[in-house]
Amino acid sequence: MTIQVVALLLIALAFYWLGHNIVSNLRQLGKDFDFGFLWSRSGYDINQRLIEYSNNSTHGRAALVGILNTMLVAALGCALATILGVIAGVLRLSKNWIVARLMTVYVEGFRNIPLLLWIILIFAIMTEATPQPRDFRGDNPDASMILFDSVAVTNRGIFIPSPVWGDGAGLLLIVFALSLAAIWAFRRYAHKRQEATGDILPVFPVSLGLFLVPTLLVYFAFSAAISRDQYPLMGVGGQQGATLEQFVEENRNPSICAIPDTAVVNLSTELRAIGQRADIVSVSSAAQMQESLQSGDCVLAVMPPDVAATMAGSLDGVDLVTLGQTIDRGRPLQFERPQLAGFNFEGGIQLRNSLIALWFALSLYTGAFIAEIVRAGILAVSRGQTEAAFALGLQPSRTMNLVILPQALRVIIPPLISQYLNLTKNSSLAIAVGYMDVRSTLGGITINQTGRELEGMLLLGLFYLVLSLLISGVMNIYNTSVKLKER
Amino acid sequence: MNHSQPFVRTQMLEAKEPPLAEKGVVKWMRENLFSSWLNAFLTIVSILLIYWVLDHLLPWMLGGIWNADSLSQCREIRDSLYPDGRDVACWAVLSDRWHQLLFGFYPPELYWRPILTLVMFGAAISPILFNGVPRKLFILTAIAPFAAFWLLWGGSVWMPVVVALGFVIGWAVMKFASMPLGSLVATILTILLPVAYWLFLAGPLAGALDAAVPVGIEAVQTDDFGGFMLALVIGVSGIVLSLPLGIVLALGRQSDLFIINKCSVAFIEIIRGVPLIVWLFTASLLLNYFLPPGVQFDIMLRVIIMVTLFSSAYIAEVVRGGLAALPRGQYEGADSLGLNYWQSMQLIILPQALKISIPGIVSTFIGLFKDTTLVVFIGLLDPIGLSNSIRASTDWNGIYWELFIFIGLCFWIFCFSMSRYSQWLERKLHTGHR
Repeated sequence: MTIQVVALLLIALAFYWLGHNIVSNLRQLGKDFDFGFLWSRSGYDINQRLIEYSNNSTHGRAALVGILNTMLVAALGCALATILGVIAGVLRLSKNWIVARLMTVYVEGFRNIPLLLWIILIFAIMTEATPQPRDFRGDNPDASMILFDSVAVTNRGIFIPSPVWGDGAGLLLIVFALSLAAIWAFRRYAHKRQEATGDILPVFPVSLGLFLVPTLLVYFAFSAAISRDQYPLMGVGGQQGATLEQFVEENRNPSICAIPDTAVVNLSTELRAIGQRADIVSVSSAAQMQESLQSGDCVLAVMPPDVAATMAGSLDGVDLVTLGQTIDRGRPLQFERPQLAGFNFEGGIQLRNSLIALWFALSLYTGAFIAEIVRAGILAVSRGQTEAAFALGLQPSRTMNLVILPQALRVIIPPLISQYLNLTKNSSLAIAVGYMDVRSTLGGITINQTGRELEGMLLLGLFYLVLSLLISGVMNIYNTSVKLKER
Repeated sequence: MNHSQPFVRTQMLEAKEPPLAEKGVVKWMRENLFSSWLNAFLTIVSILLIYWVLDHLLPWMLGGIWNADSLSQCREIRDSLYPDGRDVACWAVLSDRWHQLLFGFYPPELYWRPILTLVMFGAAISPILFNGVPRKLFILTAIAPFAAFWLLWGGSVWMPVVVALGFVIGWAVMKFASMPLGSLVATILTILLPVAYWLFLAGPLAGALDAAVPVGIEAVQTDDFGGFMLALVIGVSGIVLSLPLGIVLALGRQSDLFIINKCSVAFIEIIRGVPLIVWLFTASLLLNYFLPPGVQFDIMLRVIIMVTLFSSAYIAEVVRGGLAALPRGQYEGADSLGLNYWQSMQLIILPQALKISIPGIVSTFIGLFKDTTLVVFIGLLDPIGLSNSIRASTDWNGIYWELFIFIGLCFWIFCFSMSRYSQWLERKLHTGHR
């Protein structure tokens, strides 16, 4: 008891001393302790963002953008690291000598070299050893896109196709959600039935079928119904019935008015194919489109035929013509390919080098650790378990699912949790490649601009602490569910 | 009756050679490389991959140029050597700047000092790492930290001596005061007396001694430290200092005393929940807020303090694992012998728990050593920071891969040998009971 009281006194004394120092230091510097800076204008740009943000937004908003970026790279990293780790861990136990050795080289190589070095090495590869966008130009280009012209690897990042939701996407999503619910219900039913009668239903094939078939059926049915629809093109100026190529000869890089859907994506794809940039002005209704056309915000418009019929000739003082070319209405879900336009690729999603380098390095590095965890987990299940399962007449796949995996997972999951935590914390190394995570926004530029290092670092530390506790909390719940149930 | 003569062989037949597919290289390849279609496919893919990597890498590495003063000169030599436009490595950057990558801007005529420190460090930890080393070397282990500090930073010899004297005072108080004063008072005095001595007496005493008998070597500023030397200094001092702190924290977390337990848990979880880089920024931006106005710390000292606190939380968790792995009977056995808490910890629990946790401590150290690269972000010149500054010079502008390979290889050799050592130790310590 006396020791506790003495310890408490000492700790209280230490805290008092620290607090006293902070107060006197702050007074000496003429600063106060105030989080009001979070609501003032930030004044800096962030090139990588998941939500709307501009330099007029607040510092708080910038911190939020950074938080989302941190979570994005952490989630991507955890997913890829798990895949890599499981594959490498299993292959390291493979009977194939050369594959096992290769995986050993991977694991030992990545575990024993600092993560920071991997991040800047991959970043250097991405920026120094990849072609520039202009190398993709011309009839005989130095570089070409991969995967059926859908992915471009350039020194400005990797451009991948972006999904575009068209008409009927809502129906598609509803069907998909329903089939997920059906899978869940079927698995429950199969489990109950097995408990009651001992019959084993083919759960996996039925689940896979339910997962794919209804959604695909709806997709193809809907596509067949609407993809032959053509939307007319209306242009300001130009000749009635002209082709798109003739129209853009007079109006270079035309701005397009459209209600955002797949048709406008198809239009911009066609424009880029003839070397034009497509500047899209999003409108939300036919009336707004009319207004934009009239005010000259855009010179080209794509719309459903019934809207076009009301539009023709109804604009005062603007010479609206219908072009001879029409545009596909599109499918419920389609992908917009990146295309070379001007000095860079347009369309699709640009994965910046900073994100790619951070993501790949984090995944490869953590994957090496996860591989060792997986290997240890599999080795921890004694051979007798497999042999006993075979002796009971279980098939190899069932042995794996019912006997080996449940026992291995129990060994694997606790260290896996701490690897996920490590990956999340290591994502703060984003500073090395200029990825705008929460440390770079809240803990970097914001602190530098406002001079609020005490408050900023406090919030930053608090964020990481809460995130760590959240992840370990969620994973612990999962861990309890796979843990050996003892009574 | 049918008399049949049974045939009985009196001699063994010569053993036949196994069939061709069941022996030697063929058998090995069949079993290890082509045992199934999938394996055959994987083997061929792997071989192709290895060939592709080596085909690109080997000519580039082996054809490398070692003698040049700058990257442009390197390229001239390359173009005259290989007119076919082949690209080769320019290792000349290493022969030109290796001393910077290893020692930073430490004065070249004083390189013997860090080297001597390293040798001394090796000798000092050898009795801890290996059994066959004479026990007398432990004296060196006790002296080494102060001697290392003096050798690296230089200056008057009296400062480290006077600081070391504080530990002697603490030890003496512990030894002679516990009998007359009781253990609690003695423990408090053991902590308080040396601290008071360091705060108020040590500085003037060192000054007086230095004035009386000036003994010293040339002083080196912290700014001149860099490269792998810096990484080693931070890593080693971090681990050495964090070990005792981590053990204390682990004991605190295992303790039944409510306040001590909760404080240890809070400290460990807060430190572990926040990335090291945030702590380093705290050290460089905020530490001055927590100290009395006017007190300034060397940036390297600040980093070492932060790294120590950081790794002590991790060491605490490792040691806690070791404590938890001991069977309950060991604690009860110690109690039944009538030992008090500290005696039972010192004589029975900790020796066993630490033995179990050595592999974990080593891997914490590997992690810490790799993490020393993060100090580049607060302006210290670790190997990666130096590679940036080498690339920023006009001579070597645009050189990437050679530097990365060298730095990576050095880290790899160090960390890999450490992890091998810990595996060896794990096997050696696997002594039946756990």
